[in-house]
Amino acid sequence: MTPVLAVMRREFAGYFATPVAWVFIVIFLVLQGTLTFSLGGFFERDQADLIPFFQFLPWVLVLLVPAITMRLWAEERRLGTIELLLTLPLSQGQAVIGKFLAAWAFTLVALLLTFPFVITVNLLGSPDNGMIVSGYLGSLLVAGAFLAIGAACSALTKSQVIAFVIGVAVCFVFAASAFPVVTDFLSHNLPILATIARKLSFVDRFQNFVRGVIRLPDLVYLASQIVFWLSVNTLLLEHKKAD
Amino acid sequence: MEKLIEIEGLTKRFGAFTAVDGVTFTVGRGEVLGFLGPNGAGKSTTMKMLAGFVVPSAGRARLAGHDVQKDTVAARRMLGYLPEGAPLYPEMTVRAFLHFIARVRGFAGSEAARRVGRALELANLEGVRELPIETLSKGFKRRVGLAQALLHDPPILVLDEPTDGLDPNQKHEVRTLINQMAPNKAIIISTHILEEVEAVCSRAIIIARGRVIADAPPAELARRHPSGSLEESFRALTTAPLAEAA
Repeated sequence: MTPVLAVMRREFAGYFATPVAWVFIVIFLVLQGTLTFSLGGFFERDQADLIPFFQFLPWVLVLLVPAITMRLWAEERRLGTIELLLTLPLSQGQAVIGKFLAAWAFTLVALLLTFPFVITVNLLGSPDNGMIVSGYLGSLLVAGAFLAIGAACSALTKSQVIAFVIGVAVCFVFAASAFPVVTDFLSHNLPILATIARKLSFVDRFQNFVRGVIRLPDLVYLASQIVFWLSVNTLLLEHKKAD
Repeated sequence: MEKLIEIEGLTKRFGAFTAVDGVTFTVGRGEVLGFLGPNGAGKSTTMKMLAGFVVPSAGRARLAGHDVQKDTVAARRMLGYLPEGAPLYPEMTVRAFLHFIARVRGFAGSEAARRVGRALELANLEGVRELPIETLSKGFKRRVGLAQALLHDPPILVLDEPTDGLDPNQKHEVRTLINQMAPNKAIIISTHILEEVEAVCSRAIIIARGRVIADAPPAELARRHPSGSLEESFRALTTAPLAEAA
């Protein structure tokens, strides 16, 4: 466990050693604020809940999460430090988990900094705070799944830009697979795939959390997505670390 | 003599190209092995396989009895490794970086602080401990890489060009350090500086086209050439046609 924590600590401090962390947090908060208040019609709806806030969150995460993860492995590869890290007495799995946990902890910080939304809605009315907590839990899990995807994409290349673009593309597929555009097309042509696509979607499951419904299948699904992508990450490292 | 490093038939192929071809040797405690050869001869690839970074196509390597491929973490505990080019995390300070290494190696609290302090002292880095690594000169960076490899006082050291980029005084310090540590460790250093081999190594291996073509004490290698110079001997061995060399 010690090596995992050491890797996590170094990586987490790394975010704040450069302006990346601050730029990310500011852009995340500005985007969420703008989308919630303007497009989401937070005030016009005249309802004390955070549904407009959570409605846009997965899409903001699709765009921003790969920016958190793009450097995780690509940068190690570019600097050559991957050789240093992976010849220390820790397993590749431990290195992968340490980096993932650092990125997840950073995302948690960004999510916690959205607390003014919670305060605002509580000042203006009496929302169901249980529902809000459930929404945040869902956000953290969806972010975790996106982070695991982004980290695996970062292990593919030494270019952060390529890692980012592939990361956004793969995250988008998992976010949008339940979109009517996708499912309608599939149900006309390949009805079985339409059902599968709907089941794969992170956003559909996220909506359950936002409605305050925490279902075991959703928890298991998102957790297994995280485990799956972390395993992909480990395998990619095993095969490509010295390339 | 206790064999700390054992390499048997280590081979690495990249597609049709064979970078390392059946390299076999052992290094015992108290030996300093100079690993010589022209660029691209397979020195670094062999060291990377020894450290478990590159997976061999065939053969195996053991560090203090632990198989590098099967018992990876135990083997790496025995090893201090300076990779080619001494890669480091540029945004970290020297002290933070060494603390990170100490933590990954399982040291905590005052023990970690003591180890970091000793490594800083050994590599002569006390003056720059609070500076970010990216602001350091090439020589200092190399010494940070060296400090990282020495931190846990391992029985085995594998150092890929430890004196590259150092000025003559720093080179002298590193050689003195290696000489001091030599009796208790098995050490492999790769280098292009043949005088260094004569100064610190008890034995030298010359590798060319992925194969070991000579394995003897430096003085004996030097005697193999009429001029009695190690450099002439090295040139004669490594530029000979493959048939002769093998």
